[in-house]
Order: sequence, then structure tokens, then C-alpha cells
Amino acid sequence: MNSRRTLLRRTVPLGALAMSCALLTACAGAGGSGGGSGSHSINVLMVNNPQMADLQKLTADNFTKETGIKVNFTVLPENDVRDKITQDFSSQAGQYDVATISNYETPIYAKNGWLAPLTSYTKKDTAFDQADILPAMQESLTASGQIYAEPFYGESSFLMYRKDVFEKKGLTMPAHPTWQQVADLAAKADGAESGMKGICLRGLPGWGEVMAPLTTVVNTMGGTWFDKDWNAQVDSAAFTKATRFYVDLVRKHGEAGAPQSGFAECLNNMTQGKVAMWYDATSAAGSLESGDSPVAGKIGYAPAPVDRTKSSGWLYTWAWGVQKASKNQDDAWKFISWASSKKYEELVGEKLGWSRVPAGKRTSTYENAKYVAAASAFADATANALKAADPENPGVQPRPAPGIQFVGIPEFTDLGTQVSQQISSAIAGKTSVEDALKAGQELAEKVAAKYADQ
Amino acid sequence: MATTTADAPVVRRRRGALGLLAWLCGVLFFLPVAWMVLTSLHSESDAATNPPSLGAPLTLQGYREFFGASTGVSPWPPLINSFSASLMSTLLVLVLSIPAAYALSIKPVRKWSDAMFFFLSTKMLPAVAGLLPIYLIAKNSGLLDNVALLVILYTSMNLPIAVWMMRSFLAEVPVEILEAASIDGAGLPTVLARIVAPVVAPGIAATSLICFIFSWNELLFARVLTGVVAGTAPVFLTGFVTSQGLFLAKVCAAAVCVSLPVLIAGFAAQDKLVQGLSLGAVK
Repeated sequence: MNSRRTLLRRTVPLGALAMSCALLTACAGAGGSGGGSGSHSINVLMVNNPQMADLQKLTADNFTKETGIKVNFTVLPENDVRDKITQDFSSQAGQYDVATISNYETPIYAKNGWLAPLTSYTKKDTAFDQADILPAMQESLTASGQIYAEPFYGESSFLMYRKDVFEKKGLTMPAHPTWQQVADLAAKADGAESGMKGICLRGLPGWGEVMAPLTTVVNTMGGTWFDKDWNAQVDSAAFTKATRFYVDLVRKHGEAGAPQSGFAECLNNMTQGKVAMWYDATSAAGSLESGDSPVAGKIGYAPAPVDRTKSSGWLYTWAWGVQKASKNQDDAWKFISWASSKKYEELVGEKLGWSRVPAGKRTSTYENAKYVAAASAFADATANALKAADPENPGVQPRPAPGIQFVGIPEFTDLGTQVSQQISSAIAGKTSVEDALKAGQELAEKVAAKYADQ
Repeated sequence: MATTTADAPVVRRRRGALGLLAWLCGVLFFLPVAWMVLTSLHSESDAATNPPSLGAPLTLQGYREFFGASTGVSPWPPLINSFSASLMSTLLVLVLSIPAAYALSIKPVRKWSDAMFFFLSTKMLPAVAGLLPIYLIAKNSGLLDNVALLVILYTSMNLPIAVWMMRSFLAEVPVEILEAASIDGAGLPTVLARIVAPVVAPGIAATSLICFIFSWNELLFARVLTGVVAGTAPVFLTGFVTSQGLFLAKVCAAAVCVSLPVLIAGFAAQDKLVQGLSLGAVK
């Protein structure tokens, strides 16, 4: 008895220690099949948008079945995914073969040598049909003559409005509305139904939140972040006029809780019938027109409102980039070629419904009878918005860097976010537009100083 | 006598008021959890309404999403990763902290209070400050995206707290019974196993549970240092957040599922936990 106890006392801790060591060395983790070293598995890091969730669901039964290449996905929210992509790609750690990057990051990453060029693949892979990709998209993902990313879906921005509410109030949406007309309509539609506000505009801080729609307003009202010689223009008359217009409009006729409203909140407001209009991404239409949406069929679509320019919609795409350090570049291309193909769009249309197709990147999508029939409400408006967007020349003056709702320099995420906090504060009524832009100008001048000498 | 009868209703009333306050605080703390459970049972569009609709129809869609209804992705690998990292690190913490606490309380080494302060000082540096060097070390040593790395980090993260907790528990053991035992001829192993261990068992339970919870909930390191293979449950949880759609019900369902193991562990160890946590208080 005693000896058994002694034995137990001695063996149990030893056993526990041995087990710990064994587990520590042997158990790397339960997910996936390895850190990307296997010849037939690739690691993909992507943002968690609805289109990506569909892709995740369809990959194993289609792509993996056809090619034998296993795809390990890591899915994160937008801000987290950006951090992680920057971290993995900048250190060329090679954990991920493919990542979702946008047309903002692609030229910057390409310049830093973090991405593998894809031009040679597009030339060999004729089935992919590179010529079918919308020219504005391809251009925004090209750097020094090489294609560095392929779009998964693309979006511009447009104005969405409740046709039934407009009809009831006797309002007409012009074919090409100006911002002043939109403000007047918002005032008239305000209160059309109990608790309904005139318009939903983002007010949530973030360079990709309030700054995106606001910058398109600034562009069309004659403003710019920087002039062609890198002089900061944030407190200029045109920038101030546009910001004051935006802040006044959202304060007077905008949604409740505007300083905390981003895309998701506005989508919800529109779905719940709390606003009569919404100016935002064309990709919102898919959700508004989907089967379970209470406002499906009631929405009209007009081009992005303008002032001094002919068009003002933005251009954005979530695209696939391949890390230069990836050891599985051929397999990575096969995945991209499948995910961005016409065939994949057909697959989503047949399996999940045509309004969920990751559209906005290919000319052929808008010639596909089945898609056009299913997305008749917004297909034309989206295609026109995408064609009208011009990232090189979005305002009334020449720009030092490309971009419509952003400035294509690495410093912009930080600059845009800091300025957006001031704007959001102005929307909340805690600071004046002038003070907000004065603070923004100081920040922009610091950024400009880096480029002025070059 | 007269004063007692006059005071009794006042005392009773005061007790009643305190009891009510305690209940109120309890309900207030429980409210967010109840809210999370309720939201997890709503459809996405009902979950996003403002003001919230209490009477909306209930659905299990959020839970189906958590188990991969729309993405086909299983939540088990991240849950297993979280479980193994938390369990292993908790075991390691116990193995390391109990002898350390013993040396700092029952048979204190010289300058033991300096040692205690040193342990605590490691918690004063914000974790994020050490992130970049840790990332580079992990990358160069090939430990990136490996549960073993999380075990090492979680162990070092929890060790100071465990030493402090275990020291206060061990300090409760009366020196007299230890002396009595050694006079009776018991050696150190016997004293530890048969006298100290039973007395501090609730303390060990409390310490393990706290270490387990801290490791289970850790997000910062897991998000930066894991990827495809070693991703943990909190990272998986954040994956339900999207900027282009509605996600509240899904996230709440996932949060309920992810917090269940901790809740079950806490419930199972409830008696020991209350004993352990109040051990210092009744001193």
C-alpha cells in the first residue's frame, strides 16, 4: 500500500511533466494541415464580408475537388485583417500565400516588393480572360506595368432611395442628382413615415468609414487633400464648404446616432425603413434586394450626387494578392483564377442566388442574362458607377497620388483616421467644422512635408 | 432589552435594503450576459433593431452559423487549440508557482518581498509593448502559429498572478501544525502532501481557474502570433464581425458557445472557488 502510494507520488508528476513536454513539442495546433509547406495546400487570409463567407462554403466541394489543392482560410474583421496582412507581408513571414488586399494597398505593397507579380500567370491562363476585367479595376491593381492583384469583387458608390416613400410624398429623384438637390429631398423626406429620417450618411470615425463618402463630396465640391505640389489643402475653402455641407446635412436630416453609424448601421437603418435615402457602396444593393430584406423591390438607385464634377462615385475592390515569400505561388494562382472567374460567378448564382454574386469586376457579368435579370434593380446603376469612376482624376485639379475616397500613400490610413475622429466629433456637435479641419490641416502638413522634397 | 427591541426592526430593515441592493447589483452584472443570450436567439435583422425588440421570434440560426452552416467551417479546431493552450499553461503555472510560493511564504527566502515585487513588476509593462520582439523571436525560431508558443506565453503571463495568489493561500497555513508534523517525524514531502495540500486545495482550485480563464480569453497574442493552424477560440470569435453586413446574432451565439467551457468549469469548482477566494478575506 505504502509502496504503491510512493510509486504513485513519484510517477504522477513525472508522467505529467513528460506528457506536457510531449504535447508541447508534438501538438502544433488543431487547425489546418500545416504552415503552408505542403505542396497541395495554400493558406488564405481574408476579410469577413458576406461574399467571402460564400467563397469559404463553396471552396472544398468545388475548387479542392477539382484541383486537389486544400485551402486553409483565416477570416478576420476588416481592421484586424489589415493589421495581420501588413504584419505577415511586411516581414515576408510567408505564413499566408494569398490575402485580400484592396486597390489602396496594392500599389503600396507592390512598391515595397511584398507581392508576387501576376502578369505572367494571366498571360498563360487564357481561360481567366484578363481582358474581361473592368479597365478601371485592372489599372488600380497594376503597378509599374505589372498586375499585382486580381479583383474578387468591386464597388463604386451611389445613392439609394425609397421609391415608395418618394412617390407618396410626391418627390422625384433627378437622373443625375446634385448634392444640393439631395439635401432638399432629404429635408422633404424627413418624417415621411413615423421616425423616418431623410438620409443616412456615415459618421463613424475611420479612414474607410466617414472619410470615404465625405472625400467624394470634397472631390466634387472642388476640394482635395493635397494639391499636385503636395501642399495640404484640408482647411481650404472648398474642403471646408464640402465638410460643412456634409456635417449640416447629417445633423439636420441624418439618421439617429450618426457619429456611431458606419456601413453596417446604415444598412440596418435602410432595411428597417428608418431612412428614406442612403449614399454608400454599390455592394449594399445585394443585401437590400436579397430575399429576406423587407425593402426588396422598393429601392431606386441614382448615380453618386455631384456638384462641380461630372461624376463622384468611388472605386474600391477587394482583390487577391500573392505574397512574394509564398512557396506555393502556382497553387495560389490556381485559387485566384478560380475565385475571380466567370465560372465562380455562375456557381454562386446557381447555388446561392444571383444577387449574391461577387460582381463589379468583369464586363461579362453585366452581359450575363441571368445576372442582369436577377439584379435588374441595381446592375445597370452599378456598372455605370464603376465605369464613371476615375481614380487618377477624381476632382477638379491634378493630384499627386491616385485614389478617389483615399490618397494612395501609406500615411493615409493614419491621417484619414485622425481627421475622421475630428469630423465625427463635429457631427456629434462637440467641435466646429473649422476647428476640426484646422486640426486636420496640421496633420496633413506633416504628411505633406515628407513628400514635398521628393 | 428595551433598546434591542427598538433596534431590531431598524437592523432588519437595513439588512433588507442591503439584500435588495445586492440583488440589484447581481441583476445589473447579469444583464449583459442575459442580453447576449437573448440576442443570440434572434434573427440578424431583429438583433440589430434599435430600440431592441424583446418579443421578436426566436431562432437557432446564430448557433447554426457558429457551427459552420453558411461557411462550412468547423469551430472545433480553434476550441481545441484554446483548450490545450489554456490547460497546458495552467498545469505549467501550477508546477512552477507552488514551489515558488512555498519558498516565499512558509519558508521565506531572504528578501522575499523584493522577489514578490519583481514578479508583480512584470505585469506593469503593457502586453502590447512586448508584442513586436515576441513576434520576431517567434518568426525566427519557427514557433509562429504554434500552440506551444501560446503555452509558453500564457504560462509567463499568468505566473506572477499565480505566485501572488498561492503565496497568500500558503501564508494561511498555521506554522504550528507544520511544526507539529515535523516533530512527529514527517519529512517535507509528507508535510506537503498530507498537511499543506488539503489546506490550500481550494486556493489551488481558485488559482487554476483564474489562470485558465485568463488564457482562454486571451486575444492579443493569439491574434498576432497564430494563423491557420493554432488559431484560438477568441480569434475565431472575432471572425464573425464584418463591416459589410449584419453580424450581432452570430457573434452573440459564438460568444455564448465560447464562454460555456469557462462557465462550466467555474460552476463545477464553485465551492472550492468561493472557499479559495474568501480565504484571504476572512483572515
